[in-house]
Amino acid sequence: MLDLIEFGLFVTLLIVGFFAGTIVEKRHYASIRKREREYADVLAFAVRFPPDRVTPQRAFLVHGTVVISSDYFKTFVAGLRNLFGGRLRTYETLMERARREALLRLKHDARRQGAKLVICVRFETTTISTGWAASIEVFAFGTALIPERDTGLAFGARSALPA
Amino acid sequence: MLVSNLELVPGRRIVAHYGIVQGSTVRAKHVGKDIFAGLKNIVGGELKGYTELMQEARQEAVERMIAEAQSMGANAILNVRFATTSIAAGAAEILAYGSAVQLDGP
Repeated sequence: MLDLIEFGLFVTLLIVGFFAGTIVEKRHYASIRKREREYADVLAFAVRFPPDRVTPQRAFLVHGTVVISSDYFKTFVAGLRNLFGGRLRTYETLMERARREALLRLKHDARRQGAKLVICVRFETTTISTGWAASIEVFAFGTALIPERDTGLAFGARSALPA
Repeated sequence: MLVSNLELVPGRRIVAHYGIVQGSTVRAKHVGKDIFAGLKNIVGGELKGYTELMQEARQEAVERMIAEAQSMGANAILNVRFATTSIAAGAAEILAYGSAVQLDGP
């Protein structure tokens, strides 16, 4: 009897995890895509030195961080997949969402302080363990530069970006 | 205090090096937040309580690093890096470190 209840609970959690998790993920992706368009004018690069024509007036550290958790279903599927090896697609989307979210928050931080260019962007990922469940933190940081004259020319790199 | 993860700030010259400065903090998770996070692990999504916790911790680490640089008389910290280490289950150390320097100009 007890086993049956336990099994029932497991199946319920699996079903709840699947539906709720799918909705949460879809919403998050929609929000990410929307904000990525909004923040398209804030440029972020991993390069260590600014483009030639940018003489910054001000340089300061900007950052964005997010802690995100996998759902019950995804964790279960990943656990099964772990037996055979190969791609864990369910975790790939989790990591991708976290990275894009952290980058967006970094861009938000930059724009809030009046910058439209961030260079030397670095990512850091930390596993936050809460029992069996997978949750990760992604921290993005970089240096925001505000050029003396905000002319289109100052951003020589813009033309190299796909439209 | 200019804080940056660049090695050089374009247009500014480094006139003095003061060496490495660091700031760190060890944080533990709140039990209430932990229980909530446990529930959130079923449906997935952002754990806002933890995001805030990490943010506050980094802020504090950076502030401590800045305080050390100020006591040396530096006006900038360059090449700033972060490191996170979990010490025990539910506790983590957050470290910020960089090079304290004197830049010319204002």
